[in-house]
Amino acid sequence: MARSVTTRRKMINTALAWGIGLLIFFPILWTILTSFKTEAQAIANPPIFLNFDWTLENYAVVQERSDYMKFLWNSVIIAGGSTILGIIIAVPAAWSMAFVPSKATKDILLWMLSTKMLPAVGVLYPIYLLFVELGLLDSRAGLVIVMMLINLPIIVWMLYTYFKEIPGEILEAARMDGAELKEEILYVLTPMAVPGIASTILLNFILAWNEAFWTLNLTAVDAAPLTAFIASYSSPEGLFYAKLSAASTMAIAPILILGWFSQKQLVRGLTFGAVK
Amino acid sequence: MGRIVLEKVTKSFGATEVIPPLDLTIEDGEFTVFVGPSGCGKSTLLRLIAGLEDVSSGQISIDGQDATIVPPAKRGLAMVFQSYALYPHMSVRKNIAFPLRMAKLDQAEIDKRVASAASVLNLSDYLDRRPGQLSGGQRQRVAIGRAIVREPAAFLFDEPLSNLDAALRVGMRLEISELHERLKTTMIYVTHDQVEAMTMADKIVVLRAGNIEQVGSPLELYHTPRNQFVAGFIGSPKMNFIAGDEAAKHGAASIGIRPEHITVSDDGGPWSGVVSVSEHLGSDTFFHIHDTGLADTITVRADGEVGFRHGDRVHLTPRDDVIHRFDRNGLRIA
Amino acid sequence: MATQHSRSAARLMMAPAVFLLLVWMLVPLSLTLIFSFKKFLPLRGDQIESGWDWVTFFPSLDWVGFANYSRFVTSSSFWPAVSTTLLIVGGVLIITVCLGILLAILLDQPMWGQGVVRILVIAPFFVMPTVSALVWKNMFLDPNNGLFSHLWRAFGAEPISFLSEAAMPSIILIVSWQWLPFATLILLTAIQSLDSEQLEAAEMDGAPVLKRFWFIVLPHLSRAITIVILIQTIFLLAIFAEIFVTTGGAFGTRTLSYLIFQRVLESQNVGLGSAGGVYAIILANIVALLLMRVVGKNLDA
Repeated sequence: MARSVTTRRKMINTALAWGIGLLIFFPILWTILTSFKTEAQAIANPPIFLNFDWTLENYAVVQERSDYMKFLWNSVIIAGGSTILGIIIAVPAAWSMAFVPSKATKDILLWMLSTKMLPAVGVLYPIYLLFVELGLLDSRAGLVIVMMLINLPIIVWMLYTYFKEIPGEILEAARMDGAELKEEILYVLTPMAVPGIASTILLNFILAWNEAFWTLNLTAVDAAPLTAFIASYSSPEGLFYAKLSAASTMAIAPILILGWFSQKQLVRGLTFGAVK
Repeated sequence: MGRIVLEKVTKSFGATEVIPPLDLTIEDGEFTVFVGPSGCGKSTLLRLIAGLEDVSSGQISIDGQDATIVPPAKRGLAMVFQSYALYPHMSVRKNIAFPLRMAKLDQAEIDKRVASAASVLNLSDYLDRRPGQLSGGQRQRVAIGRAIVREPAAFLFDEPLSNLDAALRVGMRLEISELHERLKTTMIYVTHDQVEAMTMADKIVVLRAGNIEQVGSPLELYHTPRNQFVAGFIGSPKMNFIAGDEAAKHGAASIGIRPEHITVSDDGGPWSGVVSVSEHLGSDTFFHIHDTGLADTITVRADGEVGFRHGDRVHLTPRDDVIHRFDRNGLRIA
Repeated sequence: MATQHSRSAARLMMAPAVFLLLVWMLVPLSLTLIFSFKKFLPLRGDQIESGWDWVTFFPSLDWVGFANYSRFVTSSSFWPAVSTTLLIVGGVLIITVCLGILLAILLDQPMWGQGVVRILVIAPFFVMPTVSALVWKNMFLDPNNGLFSHLWRAFGAEPISFLSEAAMPSIILIVSWQWLPFATLILLTAIQSLDSEQLEAAEMDGAPVLKRFWFIVLPHLSRAITIVILIQTIFLLAIFAEIFVTTGGAFGTRTLSYLIFQRVLESQNVGLGSAGGVYAIILANIVALLLMRVVGKNLDA
C-alpha cells in the first residue's frame, strides 16, 4: 500500500488486533501464570492475574515427582533423531528430484505425500504387532523410526520446494567453472540450501515433538516423551492446577520459542509448497 | 586455441528430435553467432557444445580432441548464462576466482588474474560486494569476468544481453566485441536478435527447427540469403515478399525486396499504394503501404525528411538489381 | 544437467526415501487388509506366531470374509461415530476458515506491533495436543474451578459440566483453538501475495470495500482456502489426543478414528478394528486425492 493511512484507523486496527491476539494467546498465558502460583491461588475465585506470590515450587515438585528430565530427554532424542535421520535420507532424494527431474518425479512426490495421508489408526495394530515382533515397543529407536517415516514426506517436500528455487543455471555455471559434483555440492549447493534445510529441520522437530498418536500408543515407561508425560496428568489427584501448568509450560516452552523462529517457513512446509 | 567441430550431431528429448544430424565447424578465434527464432534449438546446440546436455549421436571435437563424452568441467570452455548465474553467497571477488579455485591455482596467481580481469571490466571498486548489490550491467560484467579468468579455449554466451535494458544492451554489445578483438578467443554467442548477430558476428549460423538454414558472414547472409526464411530473418525491417504475377514477371514463385531498396515518391513508379502508418526515426522514415495489390503491406525505407501522411497515395520504385528470387520451395534462384 | 550420468546418480539418491516409504506404506497396509478379513481376538486366545505365520497370511486365524466389514457398519456405534466425525470436522472447518479469513485480513492492515500480534495468534499451533486438551479440560472447562465456570457464576448462571453436558461444542472449541492459527497463517500469507495494483484498479473502477473483498480478495484466496480445508480435513479426521485426554470418547464424542482405536486396542477385536481402518483409509484417500489435485497443479507451474 503506497498510501498513508490515517492514524485513527491504524489505532483501531492495532487495538482490535491486539485484543484478538491476546484472547487467542490467553490460554497459554494463563497456563504460564498459573505455573507460578500456589495451588490455592490457582483455583481462586475471582481468579488472580498478577498479584499473587510468585513461586517456583511447582517446577521443583514436578521435576522431583515425575523424573521430568527423562521425558524431556526422550522427546529430544525422538524429535531430534527422527529429524536428523529424515534429513539425511531426504536431502539426496529432494536434490535429485529438483535438479534431475524426470517424468516420474511429480508422481513420486505426490505418492510420497499420499503416504502422509494414511490415517494412523488404520495401521495402528500392524505397527503395534511389528513393534512387538521386532522388540521395538517402548523403545526410543522404534519411535525415532516411526517419526522419521511419518515426517519424511514433509521433509522431502519442503526441501524439494527450497531446492527448486535454486536456479539450475547456477549449478551449471559451477560445472562449467570446473567444479566436480563434490565441489558443486560443497561450495555452491550447500551454502545456498542451508537456510531451507534449517527451516525444514526446525518445522519437523516441532511436528515430531508434538506428535501425540504414536507416542501415546507405542510407549509405556522407558521411551515415553513429554506428550505421554502430560497425558499422565489426565487423572487428577487433589489440587494440581499449578503443577499441571508448570509441567505444561516446561513441555511447550522450547517449542514456542523454536516456533516463533520458524513462522516464516511454516506456511510452505505445512502446505507442501502450495502456498508461499 | 579453440577450433570446435560438430559431426553428425543429433539431440532428441524422448521421441522428439530437436537437432537433426548437423555438421558445423567453428574456426579458432572466430566470433560465431547462433541465431534463430525461439525454439529453434540454438540454446540446445550451445549446451551440447558446453557438455551440459549429452548428444544423442554424433561427435563433438575441440581442438582435434574428441570431447563428446567429456564432462563440462573438463572441456576448457567458459560460459556466460542468460541469468548470469552468479553465486549469490559469494562476493564478486570470490565469484570471479571460483573457476581458478576449482583449477587449484595458487592464491597469488588467483589474486593476480582476478585483479586484472576486474580492471579490464571496470569492476575493481565492486570486488567485495555481493551480486545482489550490483546493477544488471555490473552482474553481466562479473559473469564475463568469471569466464575470462580461466583463459578458456572458447567462450559460450547464452543470450547474455536479453535481461538488460535497451541502452545497456548496446553498450555491452560493444564491450563484448571489444573483448573479442583483444582476446582473439573463439566465441559462440546465442541470440534471437538478428541485430546482435549482424553487428557482432564473424560468422552467423541461422537455425530453424534444429536445422542449419545458412552459415556465412553477416553480409553474405544479407546479400545472398539461401532461402526465404533467412531472407526474412536477417535485416530490419523485414524483407517484403511478393508472390503472384509480379513474381512471375521475374521468373520466380516469389520475390523479395528489402525496404531500403524501394524508393517512394508521389510522381510515378511501377507500383502504387496508400500510406497506412509512417514511423519517423529522425534519420529514416519507414512507411507501411497498403492497397498495392502485391502484398498486404509493403514496407519502405525513406529519408527522414520525406513526409507522407496516413492516406496519401504514393508510388514505389524497386531497385531491380537487388530483387531476390525464390522458387516454389522458398529456395534462392541464383 | 540432464546427462545420463546424473540421471542414474539421481535414481540412486532417491532410492532410500522411496524404498522406506514404500515399505512403510505397504507392509502395515497389507497386514490391516489381511486382518480385516480374519477373526482376530487376542484376548480370547487368538494367537499368531512369529516368522513363517506372517508370510502365509496367519493360518492360525480364521478367514471370515466380509463379516468384519458388515459388522463394523451395522454396529450401533457406527452411525453416531460418523455423525460425530462430520460434526467435528465440519464445525472446526467453518469456524477456523471464517475466523481465519477475518483475522488474516485484520493482520494484513497497517498497525503497531504487527509482528508481536502475529506471534500471539500463531502460538496455539505449537502447543502439543495433550497439553492443550488438558489445560482446556481442567483450567477452563472444569465445572468447579475452571475459568469458564467462574465466568458463568460472575454472570449469575449455574456453571455446567462442559465436557459432559456440552461435550461436542467443547471439543470443537478446543480443536478450533488449535487449528485457527494454521488457517490464519496460510490465509495471511496468501493475502500478502495479492497484488495491491489489482485492488487499486478495482478501486479506480469504483468498487466499494465489500465488493472488492467479494470479487478480488476472496477469489484470490480461493486456492489457499481449498488447501486449508483439505489439509485440515485430513488432520481433523485423525484427531486423537484431544479426545483421548478429555472425554475418552464418551458423551457422544466418539469419532470414527476413536471408535477404531477402541476396537483395536481397548476391546482388542483386531479384525473388526482393521475393517474400520480400511474404511478410514478409503475415506482419507478420497480427501487426499482432492488435495493432491490442487497441490499437483502447483507442481506444473
